[in-house]
Amino acid sequence: MTKQRINWYKYAAPANFYPLAGKLIPLFAIPAAVLFVWGMYVGFFVAPPTDAQQHEYYRIIYIHVPAAWMGMFLYVLMALYAGVGWAFNARLGSMMATAIAPTGAIFTFISLVTGSLWGRPAWGVWWVWDARLTSTLILMFLYIGFISLQSSIDDVRRADRAGAVLAVVGVINVPIIYFSVQWWNSLHQGATITARSFKMAPAMRSAMFIMVGACWLYSIAVCLVRVRHIIREREQEAPWLSESAA
Amino acid sequence: MGGFGLYVWGSYGVTLVLLVGEVLLLWKRKRNIARRANPEIASGETQLNTSFQGIQ
Repeated sequence: MTKQRINWYKYAAPANFYPLAGKLIPLFAIPAAVLFVWGMYVGFFVAPPTDAQQHEYYRIIYIHVPAAWMGMFLYVLMALYAGVGWAFNARLGSMMATAIAPTGAIFTFISLVTGSLWGRPAWGVWWVWDARLTSTLILMFLYIGFISLQSSIDDVRRADRAGAVLAVVGVINVPIIYFSVQWWNSLHQGATITARSFKMAPAMRSAMFIMVGACWLYSIAVCLVRVRHIIREREQEAPWLSESAA
Repeated sequence: MGGFGLYVWGSYGVTLVLLVGEVLLLWKRKRNIARRANPEIASGETQLNTSFQGIQ
């Protein structure tokens, strides 16, 4: 009896990925909503009320840190997809990169705004030009640049390639953001979570992980929805689209 | 929030607005795609008075 092997490469075709993505969306969207609610509950009602140095505004951490991580992770993912789309001439890879960009930009913006709202009571300033904040602002500009560049080029495949160059070149910024607090004198707090330890109260740790999980699931769901829209917009002429339901 | 409510609720409020806004924009984009694919069926208009919809 021969073993049936799944041909995963068939999902590299937009026509095959489209229905798969459609089935996956609720599997990510619903748990995302649940985790957001649970994370907020743990962060506000289970985590310790306050500590000697920080005041209640420390609770911004439960959205600021996950958003910052998402901004960085999504940029790397975007650069990877764009690179694959560019190197292998894989349309769907480029479409995924285009789909990820707005979500990554939104999370980076959230991290900048929540960081500013945290900085005002904690440091007394809305903004400082230190290494981490500045490099995160650069990340924001890279996202905006990627989106603007792609939308300014009419030929879709040329837009994909141009965006891929920007995404891949810009990815060096992500380790700069991460290591900035070690390499330079920074007002921003150093790394609490390292490979060796996670110096945080257990309930805070739980809330943080739950919120990071919520942000990941949300991002995947939203990017799958967006890539389906992109597929439909780009493949308008394709027979498989006009034959299937709207 | 010990007097820091503006900062905490402001942070979560901005987040909520942006994430809900993202979902709404995606929903709007889906409607535009459907409308462009089937202008008569999707919006109930006839071909005579269907106007051009910009790309989202």
